[in-house]
Amino acid sequence: MSALLEFDRLRVEIPTPVGPRPLLRSVSLSVAAGEAVGLVGESGSGKSMTARSVLGMLPGGSVATGAVRFRGVDIGGLDPAGLRRLRSRDVAMVFQDPRASVNPVRTVGDFLTEVLRERGMSRAAAREKAGGILADIGVDRLAHRLKQRPYELSGGMLQRVVIAAALAGEPALILADEPTTALDVTTQEEVVAILDEQRRQRGTALLFISHDLELATAVCDRIAVMYAGEIVEILPAARLHEDARHPYTKALLKARPGSVPPGERLQTVPGVPQSAIDAPAGCVFADRCPVVEPLCRDTIPVLTAGVACHLEVS
Amino acid sequence: MTLALATPLRLPARRLASFGWATTIAGVICLLVALTALLAPWIAPHDPTAVDPLNAYAPFSAAHPLGTDDLGRDLLSRLIAGSRTSLAGPLVVIVLSGATGTAIAVAAAWIGGWFDAAVSRVLDILFAFPGLVLAITVTAVFGAGFLAPVVALSLAYVPIIARVMRAAALRERSLPYVEALRVQGFSGWHICRRHLLPNLAPLLVVQAAISFGYAMIDLASISFLGLGLQPPAADWGLMIANGQPSILAGFPQQSIAAAVAVVITVVAFTVVAERMASR
Repeated sequence: MSALLEFDRLRVEIPTPVGPRPLLRSVSLSVAAGEAVGLVGESGSGKSMTARSVLGMLPGGSVATGAVRFRGVDIGGLDPAGLRRLRSRDVAMVFQDPRASVNPVRTVGDFLTEVLRERGMSRAAAREKAGGILADIGVDRLAHRLKQRPYELSGGMLQRVVIAAALAGEPALILADEPTTALDVTTQEEVVAILDEQRRQRGTALLFISHDLELATAVCDRIAVMYAGEIVEILPAARLHEDARHPYTKALLKARPGSVPPGERLQTVPGVPQSAIDAPAGCVFADRCPVVEPLCRDTIPVLTAGVACHLEVS
Repeated sequence: MTLALATPLRLPARRLASFGWATTIAGVICLLVALTALLAPWIAPHDPTAVDPLNAYAPFSAAHPLGTDDLGRDLLSRLIAGSRTSLAGPLVVIVLSGATGTAIAVAAAWIGGWFDAAVSRVLDILFAFPGLVLAITVTAVFGAGFLAPVVALSLAYVPIIARVMRAAALRERSLPYVEALRVQGFSGWHICRRHLLPNLAPLLVVQAAISFGYAMIDLASISFLGLGLQPPAADWGLMIANGQPSILAGFPQQSIAAAVAVVITVVAFTVVAERMASR
């Protein structure tokens, strides 16, 4: 199978005074063309770092081993021009906070047409195309919108504009890094629905990063659960509830607000989230796992058949 | 107004700028001075270099509103003619130093690392060297006139502009939208030219406006020392210097007229600049 995007045992380490420390321990995942994959996990689990590695945006000084391949080409081996071409043509990114990710003093029209103009499209053609995409995602009063500046738009409207800008470049893959976290709950659904609808129509693949399991299952074909810089389980979104095998996935599912009757105490995952930096020697989840065994403490489980857990494989 | 008078005067320039009328008056003066410089040949009542020894040290009159100097030249005409070089000098200084300083600052902030460190140290060294002394030295080497002091002073002003702009460029560069642009595949050149520079422009304008007043005083000082424009050119700094012997003769009007012109212009420009900066 030729994956559009493939992480092959990606490991990212950052040098510290006490020696290199991992940010990502081992990430293996593939995204097929047109497929939507959700990357879920707690804060600091390495979701964003994984997405950034696709664009070669790792923190300065960090060392990556393993590979991230886009259409079979290792991104780590690209020269700056190749990397720019990848970023501008093949992969688009939608950030968490639209307010921060748009130049505050340029107009919406400038922002939307910038990529197209840079490709040599005429101003009029670029405007028309940008306007067309805005219309597709249900933005009205186009001429007025294109002249507005970011501060004149609501957060939800601005995130639509950011999504439109991502779509305008006709990428093969969109990386959405918690695209709705900065929005209020009612606009969240609209914005996610737009992203979902547009990418399905265009056949664009999506790597959807979220810590909202419900949202991710609604949008994605498959869900990859991350913990402390490692993918612990990958499974079809539709079968998440039935098929979850990793103790961490199970614990996450129990911790959802909908899993207990109203008025009852919410269940939590005991302990505190760990980042890859201070993960234990064996299984990353061993310290918080309810069914931990001695083997888990000192041997790293390998992701096999969609789950990285000693108890499941044996 | 009574309240303003009752409060002790702190930060005079800033307090003044908070009054609408002070800024307005200063702005009008700036405009008038600029217009005078533009239209000098047409509005000067007399030829600023026409010598009339029989009419030396003439008192105020309808023909000579400010009187005449030691050679009988009309002082008002010389003041008007002098506004050209006296304004053009600082203008060239801020344009040259503004462009160079900003380019260096943005390059240092964007490239970072050893380049930024090296540039910053060189700027520090230049900064430690008094601008006026540098300008005087350069002029002494390359000869007096308009160009040498102006270019030397521009060089001396580069670190002043570059320091402020570098700090601002570093802050701007760290904003998430710049990273978002990089993720969109734009080159550093594109981001600097189309995003960083336009966003830094307002700060540059304020810095340039503040530097204008300083540059004017520095250039007048160089002229005063005889290293700038040479007689019979009309230049305010030069006029102050040339008027010195006349002061001893009991006719101080040439030096006073030129000095007042310098002071009023500098204050007016500074007040407007401070107002712009405090917004």
